[in-house]
Amino acid sequence: MNITFPRMGNSYNAFAHFINRLGHKAVVPPPLSDRTLSLGVKHAPEFACIPFKIILGSYLEAIEQGADIIITSGGSGPCRAGFYGILHERILRSLGYDIEVVVFDSIYQRPKDFFAKANRFRRAAGVSWPRFFYLIWEAWEMVKALDELERLSLDVRPREKSVGATTRALDQAYEIMAQAETNVDIQAARDKGLALLRGVPLQNKEYLLKIGIVGEIYVLIEPFANLNIQEMLGNLGVFCDRAIYLSGWTKENTVADHDAALRRTASPYVNQMIGGHGLENVAYAIRYQQQGFDGVVHLAPFACIPEIVVKSVFPRVTHELDFPVLDVFLDELTGKAGLQTRLEAFVDMLAFKRGKYQLGGVYT
Amino acid sequence: MSQIALAANLAADAGHQPVAEPVFLGIDVGSVSTNLVLINGAGKVLHTQYLRTYGRPVEVVQKGLTALTGVLDDQVVAGVGTTGSARHITGHMVRADVIKNEITAHAVAVAELAPDARTIIEIGGQDSKLIILRNGVVTDFAMNTVCAAGTGSFLDQQAFRLGVPIEEFGGLALRAKNRVRIAGRCAVFAESDMVHKQQLGHSLEDIVAGLCDALVRNYINNIAKGKEILGPVVFQGGVAANTGIRRAFEEALQLEVIVPPHFDVMGAYGAALLARVITGEGRRKTRFKGLQIVKSEFKSTSQECKGCPNLCEIVNFSEDGRVIARWGDRCGKWQAITG
Repeated sequence: MNITFPRMGNSYNAFAHFINRLGHKAVVPPPLSDRTLSLGVKHAPEFACIPFKIILGSYLEAIEQGADIIITSGGSGPCRAGFYGILHERILRSLGYDIEVVVFDSIYQRPKDFFAKANRFRRAAGVSWPRFFYLIWEAWEMVKALDELERLSLDVRPREKSVGATTRALDQAYEIMAQAETNVDIQAARDKGLALLRGVPLQNKEYLLKIGIVGEIYVLIEPFANLNIQEMLGNLGVFCDRAIYLSGWTKENTVADHDAALRRTASPYVNQMIGGHGLENVAYAIRYQQQGFDGVVHLAPFACIPEIVVKSVFPRVTHELDFPVLDVFLDELTGKAGLQTRLEAFVDMLAFKRGKYQLGGVYT
Repeated sequence: MSQIALAANLAADAGHQPVAEPVFLGIDVGSVSTNLVLINGAGKVLHTQYLRTYGRPVEVVQKGLTALTGVLDDQVVAGVGTTGSARHITGHMVRADVIKNEITAHAVAVAELAPDARTIIEIGGQDSKLIILRNGVVTDFAMNTVCAAGTGSFLDQQAFRLGVPIEEFGGLALRAKNRVRIAGRCAVFAESDMVHKQQLGHSLEDIVAGLCDALVRNYINNIAKGKEILGPVVFQGGVAANTGIRRAFEEALQLEVIVPPHFDVMGAYGAALLARVITGEGRRKTRFKGLQIVKSEFKSTSQECKGCPNLCEIVNFSEDGRVIARWGDRCGKWQAITG
C-alpha cells in the first residue's frame, strides 16, 4: 500500500515513520505551496473553507507521487470537517483517480469501526497486534518530540541574534528526526535537536511580549495556512504560545479534568458546544489572560462557523478582562503584507500597554 | 519651539552663517496614493504632496523627492520615516530612520493633532481601518479582512462608471432627495444593485447617496462590529474628502465626525513625527541617504532559492547595480548578503 495522509505542521514525520515501520510505503505530501493551493481551489467547492482546499490540493500532489490510499481523521459536532474525508474521496474519484479515503473517527466514539479499519492495515502489513500498538506508541513518542522541538523554537526565536538562525536550527532538527528509526533514535534525535536550538546565539532581552495563538486546528498548526505566523511574531521579538498541539501538550500538562475545566473557564461567555474547537478557544484565550500573556491572536478560516461565533464573543472578553484579541481570517491570500501590518500594529499596541514602548522604535 | 529650532535661530541671530533648519520627512506609500509630508522641529506641516502610486512605488517616491528639492531652501532633512504598504521597500530605498505600520502612524498623527480623539476612521485606497484611542493610546483596532468593498478604489471605479468626477461625488450625494437603498455587503453586489436602480430611473443623486449609506453600513457591520465607538470621531484617509460618506457616518453613528486638516496625508504626517522622535529631534544623525537618490536607478529582481524544500521567493533590491537589500528568505541567509 502506498499510503498518504493530510499534511499538518511537523506531524508528517511521525505519520511517515509509522507507516514505513509498519511495512507499508508512506507517500509524504510535498511541502505545501502555491501550486497545492491552486490545485485545491480548482477542484474544491467554492464555499469550502481553506483547510479543505489545501488538503485536497495536497492529496492530488501525493497521488502524483504514487499514493493509492489516504488515511485521515474524522470529526464530530457542528463543523463541516466531519464530512471532509468523504467529500474529498468523491471529488478525487470524479477526477478519475482510483483512490480510497479511510476516515478514522474517534476511538472513544466508534471503537468497533476504528479497530476494524486499523486491522486492515495491520493484516496487510502482516504484523501482530502487540507490534502494531508498539509502533503506534513509538510514533506517538515522535509526535511529542517534534512538538517539544517546535515549542522550544518559539522561545528561542524572539531572542535570536541573527534573523533566521532559529528556523535553520529547527529545520535541521526535523531532518535529524526524519532519519530516526527506533525509539532510541527518536529520543537521541530529540536531544540533538534541542541542543541545536539551545545553541542558537541569543541577545539579552529585558522583557518579551507574550502572545497566545488560538483558533481552528488546521490553520493553527499548519504554517502554510497561517502564513507562518509563529515565525512572523518571533521575528517581531514576541514569544508566542500555541493553544493546540497534536501531542496535546496542553492536555497532558494541565489538570486531569481538562475538558470540564475548559468548559468552566469558557462558561461566562460560551456555555455550549459550538463546534470545532470554538468553546475551547474561548477558554484558552481566558487562560492566556490568567497566565499574564499580553494578548491573543485568533486564527480562523474565512467563513468558519464555529470561529465566527468565537469572534463575536471576543469583544466581551476584551472588554471585561482588558485583554486584547486580534482576529485573523485566513483564505486564499498568500501575500503576507496585510498580516504583517496588523501584527506590527498589534505588537505596538501591546508594548505600549505594557509600558515597554519607545515611540518610533520597536519595543525594548 | 523645539530646542533645535531655538538653537538654530539663536545662532542666526548671533550673526553666524545661518544654520540649516532641521526638517523631518514622512513618506506614506499606499496602494493608491503616495504622500509626502515635511514638518519642522515644532511639528508644523511645511509641505505636503499627494501623488498617485500607479503600482510603481519606487518611481513615485523618486518623483516626490524630486519635487521636494524645489521646496527645501536652507532646511536639511534630519530624519525620515516611512509607512504604508510599501514602507519596507521605501525604507530600504531612502534608508529611513523609522519604518512603521500605518495603524501606529495614523494614531501618532491624531494624538498630535487631536489629542482628545477617541475614534479614528481611516479609509484609504484598499484598506479601511478603525482605531480606538483612549487617552491618546491605541487600545483596539480593526482592518478590513478579505474584502475591499467601500474603500477608495471602489468609489473611484463607480465615479468613473457614472461619469462623475470623484471630487464631485460627495456633493452629489448631499443633494439627494430620496436616497435609494443599495446592497453594501460586497462591491460586486453593490455595483449590480446600482445598475438595476439606475435602469429603474432613480436619479443619480439618490443612487450616489444610497451608495454612501451602503458603504458606511458595511464598514459599521464589518470593521466596527463589537467595538465601542465614542466621540470625538476623526475621519481621515482619501475617502474623508467625500462629504457624502462623512454625512452617512454622522447619521449612522449619531456623532459629529471631524475631518482634520491634512486628512489625506495623515499617515505620512505620523511617519514624519516618528522620524522626529527617533532622531531626537535631529540630535542623532539621520540614516537618510539624501535627495540625490532621485538620480539612482533602483531595480528589484526575484529568484527562487533552491537551498531547501521551503523554496523561498527571494527579492533582490539594487541601487545602481549594487544590491542594497534582500528579503523573502525564511532562514535569513540571503538577507545577510548585500553589496
